[in-house]
Amino acid sequence: MKQIWIITRRELGSYFDSLLAYILIILFLGFTGFFTWLFGGDIFYNKEASLATFFNVAFWTLFVFIPLLSMRLIAEENSSGTLEMILTKPVNEWQLVVGKFLSVIMLVAIALALTLPYYFTVWYLGPVDHGAVWTGYLGLILMSSAYAALGLFASSLSKNQIVAVLLAFSLIIFFHWLFSLIATNLKGLPGSIISYLSTQTHFNSVTRGVLDTKDIIYFISVTFLGLFLSELIIAKRNVTES
Amino acid sequence: MDIVVDQITKKYGSQKAVDNVSFTVKTGEVLGFLGPNGAGKTTTMKAITCFLMPNEGDIKVGGLSIWENPDEIKKNIGYLPESNPLYLDMPVIDYLYFVSQLQQIPKNSVRNKILEMVNLCGIEGEKHKKIGELSKGYKQRVGLAQALIHDPKVLVLDEPTTGLDPNQIIEIRELIRKIGKEKTVILSSHILAEVEATCDRILIINKGKIVADGTSGQLRKNAQGKEILRITIEGSDSNAIFKSLQKLEHVDLVDFLSKSDGQFEVQSKPGTTSRRDVFKLCVDNGWFLTELTPTETKLEDVFRELTMN
Repeated sequence: MKQIWIITRRELGSYFDSLLAYILIILFLGFTGFFTWLFGGDIFYNKEASLATFFNVAFWTLFVFIPLLSMRLIAEENSSGTLEMILTKPVNEWQLVVGKFLSVIMLVAIALALTLPYYFTVWYLGPVDHGAVWTGYLGLILMSSAYAALGLFASSLSKNQIVAVLLAFSLIIFFHWLFSLIATNLKGLPGSIISYLSTQTHFNSVTRGVLDTKDIIYFISVTFLGLFLSELIIAKRNVTES
Repeated sequence: MDIVVDQITKKYGSQKAVDNVSFTVKTGEVLGFLGPNGAGKTTTMKAITCFLMPNEGDIKVGGLSIWENPDEIKKNIGYLPESNPLYLDMPVIDYLYFVSQLQQIPKNSVRNKILEMVNLCGIEGEKHKKIGELSKGYKQRVGLAQALIHDPKVLVLDEPTTGLDPNQIIEIRELIRKIGKEKTVILSSHILAEVEATCDRILIINKGKIVADGTSGQLRKNAQGKEILRITIEGSDSNAIFKSLQKLEHVDLVDFLSKSDGQFEVQSKPGTTSRRDVFKLCVDNGWFLTELTPTETKLEDVFRELTMN
């Protein structure tokens, strides 16, 4: 547990040292702030004390940012050879993967915490559905976990960060749209299974303020799947490295 | 802490990088690992440090198997990989702090440990720079510092002196000798003089197999076989001396090194020495023996002979 935290802290420090963290947080706050307060279907246009617009924009921003955050995590260690250095310390593959994953989640949590003033402002302006807001935040965190784990998996597959980010986008696009797209064409059991696999279905139900264990289990399973596959890929060097 | 390598084989695809290799290193021993490129040195080292698992065989470090207790073994090993991978975007001090945390060094001694390493490895002036800004030699020192920081019982150094200047090489060799007295050290190198100067025992590996094992003296002796003398005799015609030398009882071959100076190379018959004969010959003829040097087989020759086939 301690090893995981040490790795998380280093990764987080590295995000802030490289300015990547600041740039992404500023862009995130800029986008969400602009669309929530100033433009298009913003709060004053809707005349409704609701953060629905915010969650929608936050979702899309994170959708783009998470692969950008996760792309370097393992690809960089692969290309510079530091994987050998770190894994010959008293650290195993699982601790490394989880540590790196948590650094992305922490960064997302920091960005989301900085949007809490939006919530308090809206609360000041009118009656807010508090339940919907908190499940909305929870939904964003859960979705980020799932995508960060998939991004980490993509990153473990390559030495090249560009390849990693493209792979990550393909994966999450697949999970987000293709599953629901396929599901609309299928009826009966296969349809509902594939529909269950789509992130969109679950995210929509969470942001509506409905917290179903089914959705939580879904996000947690995708997260663990991603982390487990990353660990497998890193450990695979023992089988086929050439 | 002893290292017992027991019949390990490691394959990359169908190619055997390490083929049924066994050896033991005892506490307080410095083992030099020699071999041409691609002989399997690095692969063996990676197996000892639990980075690569062998396809067959077992390695025990301090009685613990790499299959059962890799995490325990890793705590006792300080490893400097060949390419010396480091986090280039981190300042030296932060990096050493990160490593000391991973090695679970108690909080109250972390500061002292880091300062000790900074002094030991001579990175005082560089400690606040980012690792990526350092020269190759300084990076190598940082690599050594991270390997030594937790005072490991076993040190595995893959070409530790590449990129260092001659003064630093001598310092590092002395350091290895010093710490080698109480620790178990395995180091690989291409520089034969370095292995000879620092190691108690030499292991030569070729095409994944061990081809020689022993002290540098033993290796030379095994390879030598015949005594070779370089002699200079003055006081007579070179050709006459040449002929008399050939007639000596234990002499196998005589060769001119320099005809005008009367310098010869004399090879004795296997297992015999012709030093006395040469001296007696000179006394009997009233010649002046001005040089008689036994030529040692160089480790380079031993190495070439064992690995060129």
